[in-house]
Amino acid sequence: MIERKLLLGDEAIALGAVHAGISGVYAYPGTPSTEITEYIQANAPKVRSRWCTNEKTAMEAALGMSYAGKRALVCMKHVGMNVAADAFVNSGITGVNGGLVVLAADDPSMHSSQNEQDSRFYGKFTMIPILEPSNQQEAYEMMRYAYELSEQLRLPVLMRVVTRLAHSRAGVEVKEAVAQKALNPDNERSHWMLLPGNARRQYAALVEKQPQLLASAEASPFNKKVATEGKAKLGVVACGIAYNYVMENNPQQLGIKVLKVSQYPIPEESIKALAQECEAILVVEDGQPLVEEQVKAILGADSQLKGRLTGDLPRTGELTPDCVGAALGVTVSQAFGAPQNVMPRPPALCQGCGHRDVYDALNKVAAEYADARIFGDIGCYTLGALPPFRAINSCVDMGASITMAKGAADAGVHPAIAIIGDSTFTHSGMTGLLDAINDNANITVVISDNLTTAMTGGQDSAGTNKFEAICLGLGVDPDHVKVVVPLPKNMEEITRIIREEIEYKGVSVIIPRRECIQTLSRKLRQKKA
Amino acid sequence: MKKDIILAGVGGQGILTIATIIGDAAAVAGLSLKQAEVHGMSQRGGDVQSNLRLSTDEIYSDLIKEGEADLIISMEPMEALRYVTYLNKEGWVATSSHPFKNIPNYPDEATLMQELNALPHVAALPIEDVAKENNMPKSANVILLGMAARYIEILTPEQLRNSIARVFASKGEKIVEMNQQAFDLGLNAVK
Repeated sequence: MIERKLLLGDEAIALGAVHAGISGVYAYPGTPSTEITEYIQANAPKVRSRWCTNEKTAMEAALGMSYAGKRALVCMKHVGMNVAADAFVNSGITGVNGGLVVLAADDPSMHSSQNEQDSRFYGKFTMIPILEPSNQQEAYEMMRYAYELSEQLRLPVLMRVVTRLAHSRAGVEVKEAVAQKALNPDNERSHWMLLPGNARRQYAALVEKQPQLLASAEASPFNKKVATEGKAKLGVVACGIAYNYVMENNPQQLGIKVLKVSQYPIPEESIKALAQECEAILVVEDGQPLVEEQVKAILGADSQLKGRLTGDLPRTGELTPDCVGAALGVTVSQAFGAPQNVMPRPPALCQGCGHRDVYDALNKVAAEYADARIFGDIGCYTLGALPPFRAINSCVDMGASITMAKGAADAGVHPAIAIIGDSTFTHSGMTGLLDAINDNANITVVISDNLTTAMTGGQDSAGTNKFEAICLGLGVDPDHVKVVVPLPKNMEEITRIIREEIEYKGVSVIIPRRECIQTLSRKLRQKKA
Repeated sequence: MKKDIILAGVGGQGILTIATIIGDAAAVAGLSLKQAEVHGMSQRGGDVQSNLRLSTDEIYSDLIKEGEADLIISMEPMEALRYVTYLNKEGWVATSSHPFKNIPNYPDEATLMQELNALPHVAALPIEDVAKENNMPKSANVILLGMAARYIEILTPEQLRNSIARVFASKGEKIVEMNQQAFDLGLNAVK
């Protein structure tokens, strides 16, 4: 029976995976990927779906499920791929048993991210198939295809989406689910045991599989040509969601040929065939110019090739139907000019949020020192960088607050203060704290604990109720693990403790703990209902 | 026929509820729909928008092209103006006239309203005040949807009213009735 549902791209992926018979989804929340796991948690009770501590633990657990013969899904935002990379790259060498799909949600234009790295590079580097859906229907259908492809090639498959697909809703026709797979652990040891002798063999086998990957991409139902008759001035290679922006501009009416690419490695023969029919080729891809560079190599340096590298499309930022239209020669017709009375409205910490009180206290104490430095981290509290707080001096990656504070303290910065959220601390802060303790670094670590992963919408936080035990277990002096309640009425106590701990020569941890007001009010509303 | 709608507001004002109601009506009517939303960081009091595209034909892009939006529905006057380069020359703006000032450099109100009202097709109402006067403080967004209903065209006001019943059904009959009243208030205010 075919049913039609209105789904976010993320939800279409989730339902596609559930209907493909996955037994587990492993993920750490990250915009724009979070809703995939949330949808599975809410709608598929037979799929194991508890949030993981970070993307690496997620990737490894999924690989374990695949080893055991069942289908598994791993989801993360693009920067999570950096965290998962060790396991991810080696999963190309081990190969898989049960189907394994890694979903990376990229964020071109950095709507909620600190970079716009393109996850397709990871797939190419790992030498595995990459799928890039253009719309929600395709995202749903591709999941089933991806698991079949993964099991057929015995390799993990990377599916890459971008924010505009992940967070856009459309009607999706869904099919019957297939059953989950039976337990069937792999009896082959050498594939999974990456000792150098085995790994060399496995890597050579991976290289030998590449023609199969290419043949699959050339024949893929998701790579197709939108043809006009005869020769054309322009041929477009449209990757993933870029296909929509091209089609929005009516290429057939403009006499432009289009090759849609949604499965990689790039279909070289199809691209060569397109180039023979066209005077020039335009590569349209959201993210970095991965395909453009490869097409350049295929067609030769003197070919008429356009894209992000040539300036025909913007070098940075997400694609829009407007910038793609411009590259196709379509002019934009604005009826009204840019507005005069509009100001930027940046996001801000919620009124009543505990992080506010933490920053008030930190700013007060920091002002008492000639050159205090506060190293920030990734989460709602990154908004402490903006007015009125302007409290933090850095924000780089998950966990970097503690380790950067340590390095700066090693160099002589005092006070060197780290501020990190509870979920970020368990994601990537704990190991850095151990470094600091082992080296007796002179730093003050503030774990601002709001009992949830707030920035992404209030998912469970892996370390809730365990922070004092974790810090003590790692070796922080029990006299220098302090818990406070961040409220204006406690300001005197909090600032006193911060002062004392800054003056302590060694690692101290202060844990301001108060529930996120968003999750608190949601709970109160649910209680009332 | 197609209708490209930009929904605008400040994080937390409830524009996604408006999108949900229109989306439900479109799905029941068998229209093609694409709706790009903003999730994540900007939901914390920043500017938020959603591109909602409805059509009787296939829709490709999730994003609306500049100069092609048929309607801007905004919970806040400055946010309505933010997207004016997307509006087509016959396009309508249905907006709250009540500013939401959570930034220190909010523009002068009179100048802002002057620029907004200089557009050819504008319907503006202090929807929060109307909501409070009618004892439905949480339904300001549905009043706004009522105001916009005449300009959505590809769906009738009746289809939208029916969709309100479905979207709020789980919250009970009283909430459904209140929101349908809110919708009618908005609808009748812009005759």
